[in-house]
Amino acid sequence: MIGGKKDLLGLEDLSAQEITGILDTARTFREVLDRPIPKVPPLRGMTAANLFFEASTRTRLSFELAEKRLSADTVNFQTSGSSVSKGETLRDTARNIEAMGIHLVVVRHQASGAPHYLARHLDAGVINAGDGTHEHPTQGLLDLYTMRAERGRIAGLKVAIIGDVMHSRVARSNIWGLTKLGAEVTIAGPPTMMPAEVERFGVRVAKSVDEAIEGSDVVNILRIQLERQRGALYPSLREYARVYGVTRERLRRARPDVTVMHPGPMNRGVEIAQDVADGEHSVILQQVTNGVAVRMAVLYLLSGRSEPPEAPSETPTVEATKSHDEPTLSPRR
Amino acid sequence: MPTGESVEAVREKAEILDGEGLRRAITRIAHEIIEKNGGAEGLVLAGIRRRGYPLAQRIAAKIREFEGVDLPVGALDITLYRDDLQTIDHQPVVGPTDIPVDIDGKVVVLVDDVLYTGRTVRAALDELIDLGRPRAIRLAVIVDRGHREIPIRADFVGKNVPTSKREVVMVKLEEIDRHDGVSIGEILT
Amino acid sequence: MTSPLCLRGGRILDPARGIDRAQDLWIDQGKVAGLGEDAPAALRSRKDVQIVDVRGAVVCPGLVDIHVHLREPGQEEKETIETGVRAAVRGGFAAVACMPNTSPPLDDRPRIEYVRRRAAELGLARVFPIAAVTVGQQGEQLVEIEDLVDAGAVAITDDGKPVRNAEIMRRALELTRELGIPVIQHAEDPDLKGTGVMHEGWVSTRIGLKGIPDIAESVIVARDALLAERTGGRVHVAHVSAARSVQIIRQAKARGIHMTGETAPHYLLLTDEAVAGYSPSAKMNPPLRSERDRDALIEAIVDGTLDCLATDHAPHTDIEKDADFDSAPFGIVGLETALGCYLKALVEPGHLSLMDLIERMTVGAYRVLGRPGGTLEAGAEADVTVFDPESRFTVRASEFESKGRNTPFEGWDLPGRVLMTVVGGRIAYQTATSEATLR
Repeated sequence: MIGGKKDLLGLEDLSAQEITGILDTARTFREVLDRPIPKVPPLRGMTAANLFFEASTRTRLSFELAEKRLSADTVNFQTSGSSVSKGETLRDTARNIEAMGIHLVVVRHQASGAPHYLARHLDAGVINAGDGTHEHPTQGLLDLYTMRAERGRIAGLKVAIIGDVMHSRVARSNIWGLTKLGAEVTIAGPPTMMPAEVERFGVRVAKSVDEAIEGSDVVNILRIQLERQRGALYPSLREYARVYGVTRERLRRARPDVTVMHPGPMNRGVEIAQDVADGEHSVILQQVTNGVAVRMAVLYLLSGRSEPPEAPSETPTVEATKSHDEPTLSPRR
Repeated sequence: MPTGESVEAVREKAEILDGEGLRRAITRIAHEIIEKNGGAEGLVLAGIRRRGYPLAQRIAAKIREFEGVDLPVGALDITLYRDDLQTIDHQPVVGPTDIPVDIDGKVVVLVDDVLYTGRTVRAALDELIDLGRPRAIRLAVIVDRGHREIPIRADFVGKNVPTSKREVVMVKLEEIDRHDGVSIGEILT
Repeated sequence: MTSPLCLRGGRILDPARGIDRAQDLWIDQGKVAGLGEDAPAALRSRKDVQIVDVRGAVVCPGLVDIHVHLREPGQEEKETIETGVRAAVRGGFAAVACMPNTSPPLDDRPRIEYVRRRAAELGLARVFPIAAVTVGQQGEQLVEIEDLVDAGAVAITDDGKPVRNAEIMRRALELTRELGIPVIQHAEDPDLKGTGVMHEGWVSTRIGLKGIPDIAESVIVARDALLAERTGGRVHVAHVSAARSVQIIRQAKARGIHMTGETAPHYLLLTDEAVAGYSPSAKMNPPLRSERDRDALIEAIVDGTLDCLATDHAPHTDIEKDADFDSAPFGIVGLETALGCYLKALVEPGHLSLMDLIERMTVGAYRVLGRPGGTLEAGAEADVTVFDPESRFTVRASEFESKGRNTPFEGWDLPGRVLMTVVGGRIAYQTATSEATLR
């Protein structure tokens, strides 16, 4: 359980304390990843299903790795645009999941709110691995984890988020997490990609990338979705790179030890210049490693059973013997 | 739920070791470890969180006193290896496991406060083996209270205390509890 | 012929004549015979009169809903004319006007006649078919408007979609000008709407659903106001949802343009916050908008900028609505909750008198269609609704007569239990309890 819920649907739903709790747990798993045998047994006997209704390689790999490092069995379901309607797929999927006795469901879906639908219909814990243009909470958490690891804190950090905020679930999860933990968030991007009333998130909207980067501790650069470039939102990628691309030149306005982040996959030369992506400030690969640890933490925290516990047997309960940390005799479920 | 200290009400019945008694037990265990090992060579102490870790540090301090050797002391958090994780509602907070040296070929002495069902030690053994391949693993506890559920025994015991299952053994340490001592309590229901 | 009917001792509310008093309502030969002493003495002394005691209840002209989707022909899994009119009379509606976006659309004489014939066979609520503006609602070729009006169409609309092409809209207004019927516009610019699924605002930003800006509606309202002014035709704006649209309609009216408007209950009781849990029962088009829009709509109903109150009753199957928000179809049902919703939204908070509410749901609605009706004057069609504004009920979709269960008001406590609906002098609906207590 996280925050008393069996699911992780978004960082909007979590308190600062709950987010910090996940980050602290992730630190332990980060250490596990450095062990000679980077695998621990807490999810032994459990099955996690990775349902990817939208193509994604790295997030799926990261979750699968996290599940395996926790000793869970994993099944994968990947589809992109099947012939059946989206709604039908989701409903049928829910029923199938129910029938297969799956404990944890990781879902990526092109429709915002699709994980909420599954969460309502399933006893299994549901983890949102990115829904439409809503949230991508584990990405938000791994970004927070990385920022905390790099800068030592979140509160008071000046974080600039650059790019297509409107269509970015990464931006939303980052903004929720960062504002809850007390960072100062400034966003910048084309006005056509700023969602309505965005300032109500508690962020500052800068008029230019330069203004947003000025004095920042962290610059988090959003991926520009090439497929969104059709139509009226922005004239061309060339124009985008010129006006909103983060270059070494622009980065000079940040603090000298600025941390540069990107959720990947990068469009080098568009939203991020080649030498920034590979430069000394970039922690983009650390983000990938931290992602596995953060997902392990979330999977672990949600792996507790959600039904009420059985009546205590003759043996003392965990609480009673807690003074010396002795696990009790309980049948494995 | 099972993340904090004892949740159920416990009535303290009797003190079985006072601060001085506890210190003597630790000293004796330290001597026995050196004696059995034929010196301090190749020893690593690994305390099981929470109270096993400060106990391991105290044993190491004793060994430093009479052998002049600084033994590596690590902390083991066995939460991820517990066999009851999926039967509890809220997952316990996982603390870090931190063994400062490579344990391959070493003699690792696991240290814990109380030996009871043996399940914690089983979890610790599994974790140690994931961390490396020690030459031997030994077990040191302050109190052995019986009621084993799996075939595990301690190599070094501070005190054997026969108990009933309705009782609890509480080891208190200055580092955590602000005073030293071991007492027996009764679970109130 | 059914025997004469006397509704005894109810509170007669007849907005067309400003009547609000406790009196008997006499009905004979399908027509209103008179109120109290004004009814013919010969009728009052007849022995075969069915007398129903309605003391304590409101007796008003039969409510009419000019925006209903009956789905037949072609989408009978969602609703049929039969289940639709059963839902109507249960909700207190003696008449409904049905939208032409059936499958195939109501764009030719046989289909208009079919709807009328089917409704007549059922003999429950009156059904006024509304014809399409363009063949197949494709937005290209005008329908044979006069033939369809002759067959019984009371208006034309491409509802479900807008009349996008301004040239088509202009010609439709010119061709209907002398017929006395409105062109009903589903005001929506398809480009501005794009693939939006909810109101564009803070909630859509927060929950990451694609927004439909208010201007998607308002630019078409503005365009049509100009077209109505230029042509002298009549534009009726369906389901007005946005404050900006209200402003344009208000200005158009002030300039003497023939522009009318309606809204639906959900725009008055809910805002886009209702979408926050991604519940498809809060998905409709136009979408639930902001607090500011809601306040503007209420104001517009009060000052008469919006002429009438409809439902946009849009039934869908459970299976269609049981989906993620993007995939679920737009629309909710409304016939069986509308009166209670309007009482709750407008009368209970004191925005509107009961008299004015009934005006917007009866004579005001008929006026939009350019038809007589909506009064209890002697000689009028005896369409009557009897309801108890004090009696409350809990909305249970499972009890609906409609096939559609898609309501955002499930579990709501609403005032205004409908006791009886009389259509053409016949009791088309009566609650089980009212049967017991009224006699």
